Amino acid sequence: MKRHFDADLDDLRGSLLRMGGLCEEMVQSAVKVVIERDESRLAAVQEWERQVNALHIEIDDVCLRLIALHQPAAGDLRLIAAAIKINSDLERVGDQAVNIAETGVYLCKEPKIKLGDIPRMVQVAVGMLKDSLDAFARGNVDLAREVIKRDDEEDRLKSQTFNELVYLMQSDASAIQRGMGIILIARNLERIADHATNIAEDVIFMVLGKDIRHSADPHPASGMEGADAKLKEG
Amino acid sequence: MRPMSLPAESSATPKAMPIAMSVRDLRASYGAASVLKDVNLEVRERTVTAIIGPSGCGKSTLIRCLNRMHEAIPGATCDGDILLGDRNALALDPVLLRREVGMVFQRPNPFPTMTIAQNVAAGLVLNGVCDHAVLAETVEKSLRRAALWDEVKDKLDAPGVGLSGGQQQRLCIARALAVEPRVLLLDEPCSALDPIATGRIEELLLQIKDQLTVVIVTHNMQQAARVSEYTVFMLMGEMVEYGLTRQMFTKPTDKRTEDYITGRFG
Repeated sequence: MKRHFDADLDDLRGSLLRMGGLCEEMVQSAVKVVIERDESRLAAVQEWERQVNALHIEIDDVCLRLIALHQPAAGDLRLIAAAIKINSDLERVGDQAVNIAETGVYLCKEPKIKLGDIPRMVQVAVGMLKDSLDAFARGNVDLAREVIKRDDEEDRLKSQTFNELVYLMQSDASAIQRGMGIILIARNLERIADHATNIAEDVIFMVLGKDIRHSADPHPASGMEGADAKLKEG
Repeated sequence: MRPMSLPAESSATPKAMPIAMSVRDLRASYGAASVLKDVNLEVRERTVTAIIGPSGCGKSTLIRCLNRMHEAIPGATCDGDILLGDRNALALDPVLLRREVGMVFQRPNPFPTMTIAQNVAAGLVLNGVCDHAVLAETVEKSLRRAALWDEVKDKLDAPGVGLSGGQQQRLCIARALAVEPRVLLLDEPCSALDPIATGRIEELLLQIKDQLTVVIVTHNMQQAARVSEYTVFMLMGEMVEYGLTRQMFTKPTDKRTEDYITGRFG
């Protein structure tokens, strides 16, 4: 039996996917500021952020209204609970994209610097974000698990980038500010991958009712710790 | 059909209590119409178990079998095992059984010719208790347990039917509690009550469950979710799912349960 409530839930899914699409575009544009040194894209990223923030509030409002009016249970409840968390993760993805674009604008004004594994990190993070949203749209648990596995690669790339940049900064003091900029961007991308991982975990919970968070340690010692250690050694 | 196993124990589940009542291969019918089909259920002591399901699924018949009110209906039959602790309920005197397994109905039904105090004391008087001090003490204790004492302590001699609907229902609960039952059966006790009166009854159930076992039939799924530790979902005379309420309302194992509690049923 099709319920009116189902139409509301479809609208909720649609709003989240629209927000996810905006976030994907934000990340893609933000990294172009860095990789293509195209600072003109900052304005678009900032405009999208306003839209994402508006959706953040709107989706939370819809979720609260659905809970209050329908007292959802079982799969409906899990969908709404997942939507609230995914909404929050996407808003943070938007923030990370703005940070990347703003750091990118600073870097555009400075001499070029080695980007390390940033281009590959972009590929992995954007791919994870896109696939986590696809998994949400289709309720695809296999794809969600696949996304979670990829987070390790992003962590590894971030550590590698940190190490390269630390080495560069140690040998060229004039590169410290720019190097720190790249490290921040690597950190932003790694956080985007973490948010995609959270979304994938929420999809598994939404579909199976199984909470896999913290079930194993998916995040080995972070690259930042490695970099800190190197700086101390240095 | 084999017994519906109790929810698995784990660190996430409440501490398992002993079994207060159990039902094995229970079948019930009204004339030729079969209403319960091989129901198996174990109700844990000092917990609230909610029975949910669409109209006509047999949930009221099931609890009426537990204190043998079903068989009092002409043409109604019941077959299988019903145990109260380890005693065969079907071999006990029904009147004595009902002292241990009390019942509260959908519509409040205080005795119309009796005062509030007389209503509460009716069960004891029927069982031969006539000591006024004992009766007065029991009336106060039962009304306090039913969270009604403060509202009626100054008018114990007023007619029970003069109370509001919600107060009348708590009076009926006090009457049932007065004979110190081990199990209290409630058949949609809040369906005729407003949300405030319903809230009071629910609070009351949460308070008394430390002292006795409660089985409640309800059409209000939020009520089942709020007050019970265990939930039974019935459909067309069969017990489809029995589990921890918190699991049933977040992650039911049977699609029919999911469809029912999410309103997709039909």
